[in-house]
Amino acid sequence: MPAEPALSRLDILESEALHLIREVAAEFDRPTLLFSGGKDSAVLLRLAEKAFWPAPIPFPVLHVDTGHNFDEVLEFRDRRAAELGVRLVVASVQDSIDAGRVVEQEGRGASRNRAQTVTLLDAIGEHRFDALFGGARRDEERARAKERMLSFRDAFGQWDPRNQRPELWNLYNGLISPGENVRAFPLSNWTERDIWTYIDQDGVELPGLYFAHRRKVFERDGMYLADNPFVHRDPDEPLVEKSVRFRTIGDMTCTGAVPSTAATVAEVIAEIAATKVTERGQTRADDRASAASMEDRKREGYF
Amino acid sequence: MSLSTDAEQQVFAPADSLLRFATAGAVDDGKSTLIGRLLHDSRSLLADQLEMLELAGKERGDEVLDLAMVTDGLRAEREQGITIDVAHRYFETARRAFIIADTPGHAQYTRNMVTGASTADLAIVLVDARNGLTEQSRRHAVLAGLLRVPRLVLAVNKMDLVGYDQGVFDEITAEFARFTDELELRDVAAIPISALRGDNVVHRSAEMPWYDGPALLEHLEQVHIDDDRSAGDFRLPVQYVIRAQGQDYRGYAGQISGGRVHEGAEVLHLPSGLRTRVTSVDTADGALAEARAPQSVSVRLADEIDVGRGDLLCAPDAAPAAATELSVRVCWMSAKSALRPGARLLLKHTTRTVKAVVTEVHHQVDVTTLRRDPARELGLNDIGEVGLRLAQPVFCDPYERNRLTGGGLLIDESTHATVGAVMITEAR
Repeated sequence: MPAEPALSRLDILESEALHLIREVAAEFDRPTLLFSGGKDSAVLLRLAEKAFWPAPIPFPVLHVDTGHNFDEVLEFRDRRAAELGVRLVVASVQDSIDAGRVVEQEGRGASRNRAQTVTLLDAIGEHRFDALFGGARRDEERARAKERMLSFRDAFGQWDPRNQRPELWNLYNGLISPGENVRAFPLSNWTERDIWTYIDQDGVELPGLYFAHRRKVFERDGMYLADNPFVHRDPDEPLVEKSVRFRTIGDMTCTGAVPSTAATVAEVIAEIAATKVTERGQTRADDRASAASMEDRKREGYF
Repeated sequence: MSLSTDAEQQVFAPADSLLRFATAGAVDDGKSTLIGRLLHDSRSLLADQLEMLELAGKERGDEVLDLAMVTDGLRAEREQGITIDVAHRYFETARRAFIIADTPGHAQYTRNMVTGASTADLAIVLVDARNGLTEQSRRHAVLAGLLRVPRLVLAVNKMDLVGYDQGVFDEITAEFARFTDELELRDVAAIPISALRGDNVVHRSAEMPWYDGPALLEHLEQVHIDDDRSAGDFRLPVQYVIRAQGQDYRGYAGQISGGRVHEGAEVLHLPSGLRTRVTSVDTADGALAEARAPQSVSVRLADEIDVGRGDLLCAPDAAPAAATELSVRVCWMSAKSALRPGARLLLKHTTRTVKAVVTEVHHQVDVTTLRRDPARELGLNDIGEVGLRLAQPVFCDPYERNRLTGGGLLIDESTHATVGAVMITEAR
């Protein structure tokens, strides 16, 4: 008898993710899923769809909109939410600024990334969310490597890396008091390649930005930023049109494009296999600020 | 920086099998350096990560690249040069993908070693060749044994500092073998390495011609991952009831925690004790002829039984105990309180959380000698055997039979902190 093939690693990672998604749905009153329209949250949304199939996803999705997003991503976000029949809650950083809850950064490297945390925590309070699914992966960044799959946050949304709940076997302690919340990361153990392999295998749809297209960009600190009205471009930063794609998608002010001709999922996978630079190192200006910038933001309540 | 598009582009053929391993070692045994070396020599570190290392090294005035810096993710860890909490690392080779649970070595972080080991297929216990087996190495081996990590590697590090002497290595491995005889560790390999210099980590070393075994990475690539979980008796803790309006669908979702199940299989429902048949094993990608641990599925049943979260579906001829009295091994994880008779806690077991009271503390295990010492209470990082009485039954197996239906968490009802890891030894 031929040996039974072992479960593939994507089978195992998918099973683990479905298990966590169902645990959170079973144990919490008001969960939500953070959906930004990026590739990780697109995979996360697909997993949520699978976890409850054939029933619909039993919680709303939440987007923290910095106001500096790509139009293509917002279109994708709205369309996917409508197709799945899930309620989309949009929390707007612009609203937080208008209300005087945060002060907008100014200057050359200004970004709304830190402001997002305030908007997120306000949305949690307003909607009384007690559990938030995020698409964060531990391979992204070294502070994230320290994160639990189910991560406790106090009433101020703070993460205390020195005082995390031990996670053993497939057991997650989801007990919290009113005002506290948890962040659930079903993709914790996935790598960038796992995400793309899954997108390929499962036919997960993504915004077109992830594939090579011609776009007007300008070079800053070794990255190509998309021409956009939210970033002040210096005279010595000329616009050029290039074939590029985005490896991560976030705020237009801090997400860099990479030169690429990869137009299909298979070509993207081949490109990633050969890359010499990590996803964040290549395309996230905000993480370069200091060795601990992600850790600092997470402590404040960022996901 | 740009993506390479030249001829060196490799075809992406990811290894399909996955090995989860935990690393354990005392503070200066070189654990972080070993992980850094594994990642570095297997070319899993990318240019910007190396750049960051070089930069950090320069700031501190280091002359050689400090690979330990790869793994220390928190500011305090970098400042103090120690590892505070479990970190997870990912890398892959052409043969296999790996998840490393990098667990701190300090005695006060025993709970983190327990955390990392609970899901590991293999544990690496790192020993400094100059010091031989220390109390910490014994502690790590004992924990791997108690947690039933199926495979163990004794990595004798810093061989360069003992002149690559075979005698030193042989002495340590012999002592380790005597010690681990009692631990029932099934599969133990010993490898002499130098993480700092890269001997026998990814590449075989020319410095130790007397060693003819594989380098550490070769061993990790080749070690057999048997399907321990799917070989056992069928267990499906019911996690979530899926009902789709208008489709008359009622499925019981969960992650199979032991054995396998197929369409048409007879199953027993606990707590009702009723038998029924599985009419289909569903996933969103279609029904499966058969599913096995650790797959997450949804099953439909032939009869209408009242099934809810916290119940269990299992093999009818090999049902687990439905127990309200447990004898358990506990690793106590709370610094704020001790575990004493009379303590009231919550036990989270599979998908069920029940109230529990500690009836007695049987003994404490000396984790360096395995001796059972009388004890009245267990403090932080102590491991011992205690009795629990439960308000409702749990459906459980001895931990040595099944890590998922035999393991549990103790939770403090008022603070909600996870205060203990439980391994069931007896149930009634």
